[in-house]
Amino acid sequence: MTQCKTSKEIGGMGHSLKRKEDARFIQGKGHYVDDIKLPGMLYMDIVRSPYAYAKIKSINIEEAMKVPGVITVVTGKDLEKYKLHWMPTLMSDTQMVLPTDTVMYQAQEVCAVIATSKYAARDGREAVKVEYEPMKPVMDPFKSLDPAAPVLRTDKPGKKDNHIWHWQAGDKEKTAQVFANADVVIKQQMHIPRIHVVSIETCGCVADYDKVNHHLTMYMTTQAPHAIRTVIALVAGHVGLSEERIRVVSPDIGGGFGGKVPVYPGYVIAIAVSFLVGKPVKWIEDRSENLQADSFARDYHITAELAGTKEGKILATRFKVLADHGYTDAAANPSKFPLGLFSICTGSYDYNAAFVEADAVYTNKPPGGVAYRCSFRVTEAVQAIERLTDMFAKKIGKDPAELRMQNFIKKEDFPWHSPTGWIYDSGNYQAGLQKAMDVVGYAALRKEQAEKQARGELMGIGISTFTEIVGAGPSKDFDILGIKMFDSAEIRVHPTGKAIARFGTKSQGQGHETTYAQIIAEELGIPAENIQVEEGDTDTAPYGLGTYASRSTPTAGAAAAVASRKLRDKARKIAAYLLEVSENDLEWETGKFFVKGAPEKSKTIQEIVFAAYTNHPQGMEAGFEATHYYDPPNLTFPSGAYICVVDIDKETGAIHIRRFVAIDDCGNIINPMIVQGQVHGGLTQAVAPAMYEELIYDGEGNILNGTLMDYLVPTAVESPKWETGHTCTPSPHHPIGAKGVGESPTVGGPPAIANAIIDALSPFGITHIDIPITPYKVWKALKEHGAYDK
Amino acid sequence: MLKKITVTVNETPHHLEVEPRLLLVHMIRELLNLTGTHIGCDTTSCGACTILLNGKSVKSCTILAVQANGKSITTIEGLAPEGGPLTPLQEGFKENHGLHCGFCTPGMILRATELLARNNNPTEEEIRWGISGNLCRCTGYNNIVKAILYASAKMRGEALPSTEPEFV
Ligand code: FES
Ligand code: FES
Repeated sequence: MTQCKTSKEIGGMGHSLKRKEDARFIQGKGHYVDDIKLPGMLYMDIVRSPYAYAKIKSINIEEAMKVPGVITVVTGKDLEKYKLHWMPTLMSDTQMVLPTDTVMYQAQEVCAVIATSKYAARDGREAVKVEYEPMKPVMDPFKSLDPAAPVLRTDKPGKKDNHIWHWQAGDKEKTAQVFANADVVIKQQMHIPRIHVVSIETCGCVADYDKVNHHLTMYMTTQAPHAIRTVIALVAGHVGLSEERIRVVSPDIGGGFGGKVPVYPGYVIAIAVSFLVGKPVKWIEDRSENLQADSFARDYHITAELAGTKEGKILATRFKVLADHGYTDAAANPSKFPLGLFSICTGSYDYNAAFVEADAVYTNKPPGGVAYRCSFRVTEAVQAIERLTDMFAKKIGKDPAELRMQNFIKKEDFPWHSPTGWIYDSGNYQAGLQKAMDVVGYAALRKEQAEKQARGELMGIGISTFTEIVGAGPSKDFDILGIKMFDSAEIRVHPTGKAIARFGTKSQGQGHETTYAQIIAEELGIPAENIQVEEGDTDTAPYGLGTYASRSTPTAGAAAAVASRKLRDKARKIAAYLLEVSENDLEWETGKFFVKGAPEKSKTIQEIVFAAYTNHPQGMEAGFEATHYYDPPNLTFPSGAYICVVDIDKETGAIHIRRFVAIDDCGNIINPMIVQGQVHGGLTQAVAPAMYEELIYDGEGNILNGTLMDYLVPTAVESPKWETGHTCTPSPHHPIGAKGVGESPTVGGPPAIANAIIDALSPFGITHIDIPITPYKVWKALKEHGAYDK
Repeated sequence: MLKKITVTVNETPHHLEVEPRLLLVHMIRELLNLTGTHIGCDTTSCGACTILLNGKSVKSCTILAVQANGKSITTIEGLAPEGGPLTPLQEGFKENHGLHCGFCTPGMILRATELLARNNNPTEEEIRWGISGNLCRCTGYNNIVKAILYASAKMRGEALPSTEPEFV
């Protein structure tokens, strides 16, 4: 266990402090967007398209307007008058707020009904009559690139195809050369399917425009309130919503996972209506709307290749990605990285030739490309490299653990320059895998497996040893819509030695109210209990880019430490003044400065802070506050070694996860209980796409599983019992040596499960099945490989 | 046509006039302003809206307010007096990190309240099946199960299991 430097009473880093935020949630006093009720508030409901691609011939609102309580129906044509019918996406593409003539995907917003109650708004929605002229949608991303395919984005002048962007990294020629001369080449086509975050709270807002003071307060489910304020100012500045007149409040958020980063049309419509009628407007989407229309995740088609020697040395990898973005590129990636950080796909292994290229296309599916608890497309990368590694091991007849040990980047080789241009900060991959093998009892399991296989039983052991890339990011390369991806902390210590700290991030369950307090407690020696943490109100918190992509601890957590250290510098000056010694004669020990060699002469942080308000040295600024905007020098590279053990029923294809051991390395740990909780949650969001979840569309563009009746979110029964542990390789460049952890398990988990299943099926010559691996797919593969013959 | 109903919510009787189609969850949230009961779906799948109706856990999004006429309801706000003491389950969730975002938590706690009222010594397997009508997207369920086991030990008056994370 991590050694704690502070006492339990102080509750600094390494203590499993119980969460400060829990008290309100367990007593029904959480405060989510849908809990907000303002005087005179109106309710909005949205009419959505039943077609994936259609011309709108007419919208008849006559009957709807007769519904008691209905105030108005807003169409694209209405918004067009104010030039609010289009908005930019976070990837600098464009998206309709409401259509004026064409709908581009099923469940797209068509018009909005505003009424005095939720029920009246729904009645009004049912009464709106829209006449469509359906067209044949383009659903297959490969066919979308066909020169004969209809051009979907006719709104873009001069656009002649459905191609969005091309991106590449690595050395194409060098990689081709290594491949041409390699003993062994593995090539596999993979689809990482479209899935949905399904945070249990859906998205919604209350837009409250005050016509007298020309001021908008926007309460909304957002992971990035400050960035959203700027986006609103950019989109609606021309109607008078300038940034100082906008306050975005993100209250308690019921899970985000990336789905609450984008700006959805519903938010913009609510703002527009509130602006026009001068009343608060509430919009809360249904689960089905959320699942069918809000940003999806993944949907990468990958051709993955690996070149190696007969002895098991990896020499090169090559990846070609086709990204299906649906109607518009509404992904949430840093601007310079349209493929996210997928180029981490060379993994934890030591070789120097790799090439990645990707193309993105439009189709008639909902727009998006958000994370699903994944740091910018890393899950897709890890799935590809970890599957390839296993296939390579199988092909040359080597144990996959041994092959990984042989290929790992060695701990003394960090910082390590990856062939796609990243500089890994630190890692000890051997130690992680060894620990996972010890905990799971690897050798004994392999022995058991051999015995079972001899009896015709299907048992598999799957490994994933992944490298994450989080903490975006250094301002040199990382921005969203031009805003650099720093993050911030502001600490104010009150005269009595208690503090409030505010951040540019926004917790959606990660426990920031506790962990940020622990960082400050560690640095200043003020008990975590006495540090109140606040986020999510742009009027009070310093600017920041928000919480996603496991960036909060690497950026805002670092800002908390640096701001605390600024305060400690001030504290030293005050202590020197109070003790009448020179600053150099003082030494810091958690919570106090004392005179070197005379420890009885000391001043506690509380005494020093009190003096900052009551007796500060003349010439020094009074008060005890500090702010820091932290611009990380590099990303952080957490890692993990996961081992999954499955038993498969040969007759039915049913898969049972018997064991799952996850050893994570996220550097120094702030709160082990919370880290472990994050790993548990992330692992369940790993088993979900590995075995259950996929958004499925038919050829006409109809979603076939657009409700929670058909889209299987794992319950406590599907979710295995997780076994967790850690190794600790601190980040050398992060002020507290932390790396971030929230998404590691989602990233590293699926290939461990897939590899275990394929391992169980390998006696029949099965080498790959795309996730989600369902019993039906297993049964089908077994049948195709003759498992049921004779 | 509004219907007159009388429901006792958290021990306080309420006389209300409601539309016959009003969902119970909307009555609780909108008319009584008890916002601890949440809405997470439109297909009776998530359990975020779970309350106790005459002591039995039900999904309040799937019954009408008029069906609760003459009955008594407990919501998360009514489990423990404001400021405490907490119920064993509320304490169990906090002590065992059984929640992240807290959105599923009221429903989980109310569902588990009924489970433990029926059987105060459930196995882990029984707990997992028992809460399988409630979705949590954040926690991975391990610590929810742990929280319920903790509460059951507390209700039986036995030694409490360790709340330290098993994080080797
Ligand atoms: S709101 Fe989902 S079951 Fe009631
Ligand atoms: S704690 Fe977030 S859904 Fe359960």
